[in-house]
Amino acid sequence: MSEALLEVVGLSKAFPLRGGLFGRIKGEVKAVNNVSFTLAKGEAFGLAGESGSGKSTIARMIVGLAAPSDGAILFEGRDLAGQVHGSGRDRAVQMVFQNPGSSLNPRRSIGQSITVPLEARGLARADVDQRVARLLDMVQLPADFATRYPHELSGGQKQRVAIGRAIAAEPKLIVLDEPTSALDVSVQAKIIDLLNDLGRSLGLTYLFISHDLSLMRNFVTRVGILYLGRLVEVGPVRKLFDTPAHPYTRSLIAAVPVVSDEEAALKPNEPVVDGEIPSPANQPAGCAFHTRCPHAFAPCETQFPDVVRLDAQHFARCHLLAPDVSKRVRAERQTTKQGS
Amino acid sequence: MSVAAARELPARVSIAYQNWHRFSRNPTAVIGSVIVIIVVAAALLAPWIAPYPDHVGAMVNFRARHLPPSAQYWFGTDNVGRDIFTRVLFGYRVSLLLATVVLGIAVPLGATLGLIAGYFGGWAEIVIMRLTDIALAIPPLVMALAVTAVLTPNLIHAMLAIAALWWTWHTRLIFSITRTLRQQEFVEAAQTLGASRFHILFRELLPNCASAILVKTSLDFGFVILIGAALSYLGLGVQPPTPDLGTMVANGADFLPDRWWESLLPGAAILFVALGFNLLGDGLRDLYDVESVR
Amino acid sequence: MSADPLLSVRSLSVDFWSYGRRSQVLRDVSLDVPAHRHVALVGESGCGKSVTMRAIMGILSTPPARIASGAILFDGRDLLRLRPREREALRGTAMSMVFQDPMTSLNPVFTIGDQMGTILKYADRRLGRARDRTERLARIHEVLGQVRMPDPERIARSYPIMLSGGMRQRVLIAMALLSEPRLLIADEPGTALDVTTQAQILKLLRDLVDDRGLALLMITHNLGVVREAADTVYVMYAGSVVEHGPTTELFARPRHPYTRALIDCVPKLSGAATFRGIDGSLPDYAAPPPGCRFAPRCPLAIGACARPPEVRSVGADHHAACWRLEEAA
Repeated sequence: MSEALLEVVGLSKAFPLRGGLFGRIKGEVKAVNNVSFTLAKGEAFGLAGESGSGKSTIARMIVGLAAPSDGAILFEGRDLAGQVHGSGRDRAVQMVFQNPGSSLNPRRSIGQSITVPLEARGLARADVDQRVARLLDMVQLPADFATRYPHELSGGQKQRVAIGRAIAAEPKLIVLDEPTSALDVSVQAKIIDLLNDLGRSLGLTYLFISHDLSLMRNFVTRVGILYLGRLVEVGPVRKLFDTPAHPYTRSLIAAVPVVSDEEAALKPNEPVVDGEIPSPANQPAGCAFHTRCPHAFAPCETQFPDVVRLDAQHFARCHLLAPDVSKRVRAERQTTKQGS
Repeated sequence: MSVAAARELPARVSIAYQNWHRFSRNPTAVIGSVIVIIVVAAALLAPWIAPYPDHVGAMVNFRARHLPPSAQYWFGTDNVGRDIFTRVLFGYRVSLLLATVVLGIAVPLGATLGLIAGYFGGWAEIVIMRLTDIALAIPPLVMALAVTAVLTPNLIHAMLAIAALWWTWHTRLIFSITRTLRQQEFVEAAQTLGASRFHILFRELLPNCASAILVKTSLDFGFVILIGAALSYLGLGVQPPTPDLGTMVANGADFLPDRWWESLLPGAAILFVALGFNLLGDGLRDLYDVESVR
Repeated sequence: MSADPLLSVRSLSVDFWSYGRRSQVLRDVSLDVPAHRHVALVGESGCGKSVTMRAIMGILSTPPARIASGAILFDGRDLLRLRPREREALRGTAMSMVFQDPMTSLNPVFTIGDQMGTILKYADRRLGRARDRTERLARIHEVLGQVRMPDPERIARSYPIMLSGGMRQRVLIAMALLSEPRLLIADEPGTALDVTTQAQILKLLRDLVDDRGLALLMITHNLGVVREAADTVYVMYAGSVVEHGPTTELFARPRHPYTRALIDCVPKLSGAATFRGIDGSLPDYAAPPPGCRFAPRCPLAIGACARPPEVRSVGADHHAACWRLEEAA
């Protein structure tokens, strides 16, 4: 059992809501609400969620681009929560951004962009070129790309550069924020392949943020499902996809468009979920999902569910799964829904 | 394995060629550049191409006073017999020198302040932008008048007076650009990668402001020259006998309308150079606008 | 069942001229969209699906682009031979488009009712109808109801910023339905939305096709969406249609090497991912390979692929353009 590289404890982020004539603070938007999870060294952990889930905010806090309102981010035992970006920040945590077109400076050549972390680490000028060439090689790009500019590269090539730049900082943990969402599916596979290879050869740990569940299923070993800033289910990826426990997880998997009948047969039997995700500024009371949940019953409107341990590694927050909820109630709710 | 595959890039048309292609098809840009090139060349080569180089200094030739434009004196002569064309060429030297020095101070200063205010926000932004607001409330000409009237009127004081206010426009411009840019992902990436603040300001943000600075500076050349001419028209800039376009217009005004060439031709020369820089700046702006839309 | 499809693109070829170079962006593209059918045009970025869509709607910028050959038949008439005014009379009336990004396609400073009212006013003008304000508002409410908006009156009075992404997408669809079009072209519907919302939007489009007999052409890069929503699918690569057929048939038995490779690239919910991807990249349209444009990247390419492949039948209504169909079987 590897030791935890990253431990997130009770992480929260609230944004003030301003309004009125003088921009007074009216309330707050809880973008991230009491999220806790751990990453072991060398593993790939996924955070899945739709809009408003808070996954990008969590990513930014871990990397140091945003400061948490509450909670701790323990990296190798040290709390990073206080340190926001700056040259003092620990560079062992790096990020690959979603849009390769905007994460590279359009006015700087590829070589210059990759040199940024090398200079920040104080690498001697004479060694820079060689190191850049080696990094380009590691991401399977030819060395003469160093003089090219981002607009000359395709999306996939730009993303490779972004990955090369991230590993130039010699990080231990890389946060991947939707790294392939902006790419075509044929290119996506190659980038994922590259990430897998680099992860193995460099001993990297990945935090993978995405809304694409099929991709998640194939890349990470454990996954957490976020809804409106809260973790509603966490577990090993195979177990979670084979037997999803939380109604939101089930609806989410059921809504994924698949390309074959075999996959369609694997999806949970859930009705198309109603309505849309509420705005994080207007979160429903009790369990945030109760307004759309096909299985909602009495306690869901008023009480936020506690964590229920379903297995050694599989947890969920749902009243329906609580041990003291009688089996009869549970069966009733589920049959009603399957019949409809 | 995939190195060969990833190596493929579609045949590219270089950005420089594309820019040149569009630039050369833009009439405004071309005319502006031609005018500017003519003026700069005239100014640089003045000592060699001027027909009467010794008319620049303190020289009088009463027999050739007030002569109209002719083959011998292309722009005619002034009230002490000096060739106006020669003095216009040398006058261009003064104007361009003035504009270069003023903008050479104002642009770096203004851009740096704009970058700092835009990137750091907070107190830096408040202090710098309020200072800018105050400075912008003062008309440059009035300020220049005040300064040169208090100190001795000469070219250096005139330049300092204009530069003292000119940086504000650039600060405003760069501030607004930087504010939008700082939220771009490549800036965030530089932050997480541990880049120093100096690096982020001058190596990441500044290159993205370059086109805006270029456009504004081109336009500014024209305006600064006009202000310089206005100052010397009022007698507060370059002092005689150094030839200066504004002074020439002022002196020649006494002899309007009969001896129109003494005032109007130097005036036309001012118009010519200001127009040139204006067209060039507009042309560059068109060029970069299309680029940003694309 | 009508004989001819409502929209029929026949051998359309489009060139782009830029800096003195000619790029053959579309080559011999043919597709049919009958009424009561949901047809999907699927391909990756740069394959030419957007150009095809713009050519059909008549919004291609014709200085850089030039229609080299082909025809676009709408209700029997060739759109390319129409005069600009006649073409414009059809746009937004008999054929209309649902734009891609609901977040940015609506003007933030006007209410939904205002924006829809403007569209309706101009469409009426093109059709020679006159509706007064009350009638327009009634039509707006009616159409908002057709896209299943709760409380259409309130929606019409709202500004875009007050609506969620899914609602905005419905508004865009409603805008396209205002003048009762017969053909609807949807550009990546639901792509910018959450998966659950996207499913609702696709269901809405399906119902519109079934209930109102619309002909729907959907442009997308998402294969999963195609399989779950469309009746017929056309797969495009590098400016040509490489395979087309009924959705169930094509996904069950993909025959063109590109189609198979593409389906393979999609990560599988079962966890059995291969992550092979497709080596290489799109050809340079200014200097394309002779013959099959996929050949440089195709594992089955042979010498014969230097000649443009014939379109051959591989099943009921199922066609593919490839010389190696037997091997790919």
